[in-house]
Amino acid sequence: MKKFARKRNSDLEKLEGRRFLNLDRIMTLLCYLILITVVILPVFMIIYYAFWDGSKIDFQMFLNVLLQKENLTAIKNTLIIAVFSTTLATVVGVFFAWLLGRSDIPLKGVMKFLFSIPFMIPPFLAAMAWDMMFSGRGGYVNRWLMNTFNLASAPFNINTVMGIIIIEVVYYFPFVYMQVVSALERMDPTLEESARIAGAKQFYVIRRITLPLTIPAISSGVLLVLITSLSNYGIPAMLGFSQNIFTLPTMIVERMNRAGGSFEGIRQATALSIVLVVVVSLALLLQRKLLTVGRYDIIKGKSMRPALIKLRAAKYPLLIFSLVFLVLVVLAPLVMILLVSFIKAYGLNFAPENFTVANYKRILINNTMVKDSVGNSLFLGFAAGIICLFLGAMLAYVIYKVKPKGRGVLELLAVLPYSLPGTVLAIGCILAWSGAFFGVTLYNTIWIILVAYVARYLTYTLKSSSASLQQVHVSLEEASRACGATHLESLRDITLPLIKPAMISGFFLVFFPAMRELTTSVLLYGPNSRTLGVAIYQLRINGQIAPAAALSVITILLIMICNNVVKRITRDKKGV
Amino acid sequence: MEQIVLEHVTKRFTTKALGTVTAVNDFCLKVNEGECFSFLGPSGCGKTTTLRMIAGFEDLSEGAIYLGGHAVSVKAKNIYLPPEERGLGMVFQAFAVWPHMTIFDNVAFPLQVQKRPAAEIRERVKVALKHCSLDGMEKIYPSDLSGGQQQRIALARAIVVNPKVMLLDEPLSNLDPQLRETMRFEIKKLQKQFGFTIIFVTHDQSEAMALSDRMLVMDMGNVRQIGTPVELYNSPSSRFVHSFLGQSNFTHVDIRDGKVYAKGDHSQQIWAAPQTGGNKEMLMATRPNTIEMGRDEGYSTKVLKRVFRTDFVEYLVPVGDDILRVQTLHRNLFQEGEPCRLKFPSPMWYPAEEDDSDKERARRMII
Repeated sequence: MKKFARKRNSDLEKLEGRRFLNLDRIMTLLCYLILITVVILPVFMIIYYAFWDGSKIDFQMFLNVLLQKENLTAIKNTLIIAVFSTTLATVVGVFFAWLLGRSDIPLKGVMKFLFSIPFMIPPFLAAMAWDMMFSGRGGYVNRWLMNTFNLASAPFNINTVMGIIIIEVVYYFPFVYMQVVSALERMDPTLEESARIAGAKQFYVIRRITLPLTIPAISSGVLLVLITSLSNYGIPAMLGFSQNIFTLPTMIVERMNRAGGSFEGIRQATALSIVLVVVVSLALLLQRKLLTVGRYDIIKGKSMRPALIKLRAAKYPLLIFSLVFLVLVVLAPLVMILLVSFIKAYGLNFAPENFTVANYKRILINNTMVKDSVGNSLFLGFAAGIICLFLGAMLAYVIYKVKPKGRGVLELLAVLPYSLPGTVLAIGCILAWSGAFFGVTLYNTIWIILVAYVARYLTYTLKSSSASLQQVHVSLEEASRACGATHLESLRDITLPLIKPAMISGFFLVFFPAMRELTTSVLLYGPNSRTLGVAIYQLRINGQIAPAAALSVITILLIMICNNVVKRITRDKKGV
Repeated sequence: MEQIVLEHVTKRFTTKALGTVTAVNDFCLKVNEGECFSFLGPSGCGKTTTLRMIAGFEDLSEGAIYLGGHAVSVKAKNIYLPPEERGLGMVFQAFAVWPHMTIFDNVAFPLQVQKRPAAEIRERVKVALKHCSLDGMEKIYPSDLSGGQQQRIALARAIVVNPKVMLLDEPLSNLDPQLRETMRFEIKKLQKQFGFTIIFVTHDQSEAMALSDRMLVMDMGNVRQIGTPVELYNSPSSRFVHSFLGQSNFTHVDIRDGKVYAKGDHSQQIWAAPQTGGNKEMLMATRPNTIEMGRDEGYSTKVLKRVFRTDFVEYLVPVGDDILRVQTLHRNLFQEGEPCRLKFPSPMWYPAEEDDSDKERARRMII
């Protein structure tokens, strides 16, 4: 009886907030602590290095770096590549979105499958495959064309700014496509029908009604591509390094490598990082602005079959064009990697006598680097996934349910690393975790990569958890409290089970990108902490192209298997 | 003059679950100029499909459609006019007001398509908005308005080109009941002013009865009856139409030697007038509010249950094997269990067996 009374009193105290350390408070504090460690420290270190020369505030170095000719060229390249690849990717993406979302073109299922493939292949792998085909010095397709048509020089050279743009277009247009096609499919068809009834022809309806209504989706696709392109490392690194074509991210890595740990060298890399962050932030600001301007409710509750537009005579020409284009752009790189992975030596013709499984043997048997990298990537994927899953759920709970003072700050801190280019985040981590704080040195270990991954991918789990958490009404938890459960019990038995599916899907949103990551790990890896991406990249840089292709095939297979497992798990979930 | 003519219009769909389904079957109709004509039926009966064929959003499988004497869809001659060339006005259930345009631009759109001079567009939009009580709202965006106002924009957009035919696809079902009544009145008023012909699709019987000059009831792709609201309500040609319009009692009756007995009670006749056609079982259909309930003459039974409703009292009264609903005014009160006598002034008679459409409905339900 006495015990019961005491328990009731403590609960009452909790309700009135008299207890300083209740569960909500603890979680809020934890959130702040973790975000400050993972996000604020690296960012602070970059700014510190860029503007502090060891004894005083110094802007001179920043200006010097900014005005160096090769840095200016890198900035120019970055902008040119981003603008052109974004524009072209948008045109191609919107065209296919309309074709698949609105027209009566056949074989939509096949095409939709083809569109999903680029999402499984990391960009640097795609770039590597294109390089094998169209490299100015001995790309397979180039050589075939030279032999067949007796050309004196290679007809294509992909190791140029133009080449980088084209490869980014073919890699990024599915991102625009995805955004726009889902908007088109959910759009209320009567919006277009009422324009037809008003007397407008098909093309006029597209121009005046359909396109303006999908502008929000298009612009969010555009900015996604723009931001990814600005901070992309893999494609320009694979295609540009050999010709000394640098973009900001690749230049930052180059500076870092050249510095070899020297204070001045690192400072230059941080200065360039700040330039890159400024450029990306401008793009993000633009996104904010555009997205708030055009928010229409074009989706009505009632689901209707969208009216498909008859292509009539254009149907089969368009079908053939689309299939050829998609197969070329999506399947050709995969086939190329597969073929090269079986070739005796890179450069030999694809003749039966030149094929071998030696490459696979070489990387699979007694190759500690490969073995390490598979293990490391799997470990990093799982660990980052699990940590982000719980951290994201806790953050979402604090931001949307506890609603402490300064929740805006928390939200900002959680999404900040997402807008930081991976290269910049990596440099921040190096500076922060090489003994700068409390003597903690993680550099050259796998843990620094894990910290970077957690910071980088936290946004994904936060987003999926908070979307689901906002569906859980307060009264559900209150009902549990009313039934006598404590706060912790309600959280454990009511709220968590309800958002569990979202948390699990959040895990995979982290797991897959982490598995194939290159940008941050290429700066952070140590002798024993190579990831799959780094291993492939190093094989390729060292000229072992065929073994690199073999390891790529294994990586892609690994991703596909995991993807299938996920699909099976989530399908089973739906059945319950 | 006949404004809309449908001749043997048929539409077949092929779906994976049901195989080939005849959504609209041999539909024949003539609607006169200036008439307000309603298509009424349960969901999935084919009324919206028919409307979309008139509008030109769906092609026909068979048959022909003429608007104002011109062929717009004739399957046999392969004539098919796209919707934009049919010169119709149409209002949709989900409003379909374009959210990226101001009210002015929404209403001006059909005129802009016709490339009218700017001054004329301004004038005509102003008039249309005035008729729909939206004057002065030209610069507002639709998302700032209520559902009723959005539907008025859709109406203004439809009338701005003075169409001869107005197609309304459940335009009121997304509005709340009070607003529905006002809008119904406004549509009628606009029709009087502009003189267009209305085809009105709805699943709400009271809406159809209140609005239309003539109407039809559809079921499973078939037209079951065409007539004025009074004709359809007072003399439904089938059990389905009877049950679909208003409330219905169906009493199973046995006819023996020209006399009519309730099934399960052959001790007294239920209906005095002689029935011909030999001995058989039939259904006697009545409306709960037309049955006369008294103490002196008629079929003798007892009140089973009494429920007070707002404007009438409802009794459940057993008649043979069936239990009938009877509605009377408050001043004529019976107690539960009290004996009473029923008179059925003008019942309708239907065969007792299920008809084909009942069987077809059951088939589709199972699949």
